[in-house]
Amino acid sequence: MLEARGLACLRGERVIFAEVSFRLGAGGALLLVGANGAGKSSLLRLLAGLLPSAAGALLWDGADALADRAAHAARLRYLSHQDALKPALTARENLRFFARLWGGEVEAALAALDLAPLAELPARVLSAGQKRRLALARLALGAAPLWLLDEPTVGLDAAAVARLGTLLAQHRATGGMVLAATHLPLPLPGAEELRL
Amino acid sequence: MRAWIALLTRELRLALRHPADTLAAVLFFVLVAALFPFGIGPAPETLARIAPGALLAAALLAALLPLDRLFGADAEDGTLDQLLLSGLGSGAVAAAKALAHWLTTGLPLLVATPVAAAMLNLPMGAWPAAMAALGLAAGFLSLLGTAGAALTLGARRGGVLLPLLVLPLAIPAVIFGAAAIEAAAAGLSPRPYLLLLGALVAAALPLAPLAAGAALRVE
Repeated sequence: MLEARGLACLRGERVIFAEVSFRLGAGGALLLVGANGAGKSSLLRLLAGLLPSAAGALLWDGADALADRAAHAARLRYLSHQDALKPALTARENLRFFARLWGGEVEAALAALDLAPLAELPARVLSAGQKRRLALARLALGAAPLWLLDEPTVGLDAAAVARLGTLLAQHRATGGMVLAATHLPLPLPGAEELRL
Repeated sequence: MRAWIALLTRELRLALRHPADTLAAVLFFVLVAALFPFGIGPAPETLARIAPGALLAAALLAALLPLDRLFGADAEDGTLDQLLLSGLGSGAVAAAKALAHWLTTGLPLLVATPVAAAMLNLPMGAWPAAMAALGLAAGFLSLLGTAGAALTLGARRGGVLLPLLVLPLAIPAVIFGAAAIEAAAAGLSPRPYLLLLGALVAAALPLAPLAAGAALRVE
């Protein structure tokens, strides 16, 4: 169970958001919506522990989630705007690196997003949508209960969105949680909305 | 440890896919060393006298070249966020980066040392000491430079700021390194100076990754 109590984010002197509170239980999904610049990406970075919170608390099963950063990092997968791919490495090599960090099956993750035919291509020749799929394939590696997704479907075609939907459904069926910031409709049935 | 080795292997594989970066540093080193005979004149004694200092200065400048991309590339493409969330700890990430920098820049410079040493008319007997001194000094710079690169990450004109930050701290390495080469050229033992250089590296070994790690976390 992830619980946020009165989180706030400052950038310089400017308050991006304040008093953000929510609860997310096993299998739950939360959509972050709001205009550009409302702080959706900042909130995700804050939840990942990459940005300090100016106020409030983030609790995991009732205990301070960020007290042990390594433990918090181990239970989450963060997908940012950037795909975190190295253009010089092939799709498989890019994914294999993360599999070595987190564990998990490279081939199964490639198959989950229909990337097997592209596995031997260097990431620099992949299209924007294919790169996004490769970044999403990281979600299929190893199990982490909390997924933080920043605009996961940008550049994806309908088939890839459907594959992501399958991945999300499997994740939630096994008790995983999803927090997603998006402007596009996401395959997350029954998701609550948090407006920033 | 497995994750750390995975990171190091990835850094080395990326360096192999972009050999131009390493090659540029080595050529820069050789070219800077080649400039001295032109500026000072080809008198062999004069060249041999300035050779130790010139070698050290050229090597440190060359080793600085790839430093501003050390974290920059990873920060731009989002890899750095993933590394900070990998459970490795930011200090361990910085240590892997420093070692990768030494292996892809310091080690090639060490191999190229005889070429530059020959152009500067350094007696052949002093070449092994020159290689040892350069290897250690480059290691010291890799460690300092990693901390500097982490600190200047995201700063405007970080690439200019970085040498201003790192080079003054590298002065002890130039002093002891040049002294080691001079001693060897005079037929004395370079050992005490190399040991002092080693002590510098040993002191920076735990401190620099810690500093770099702290800088990466607040970025």
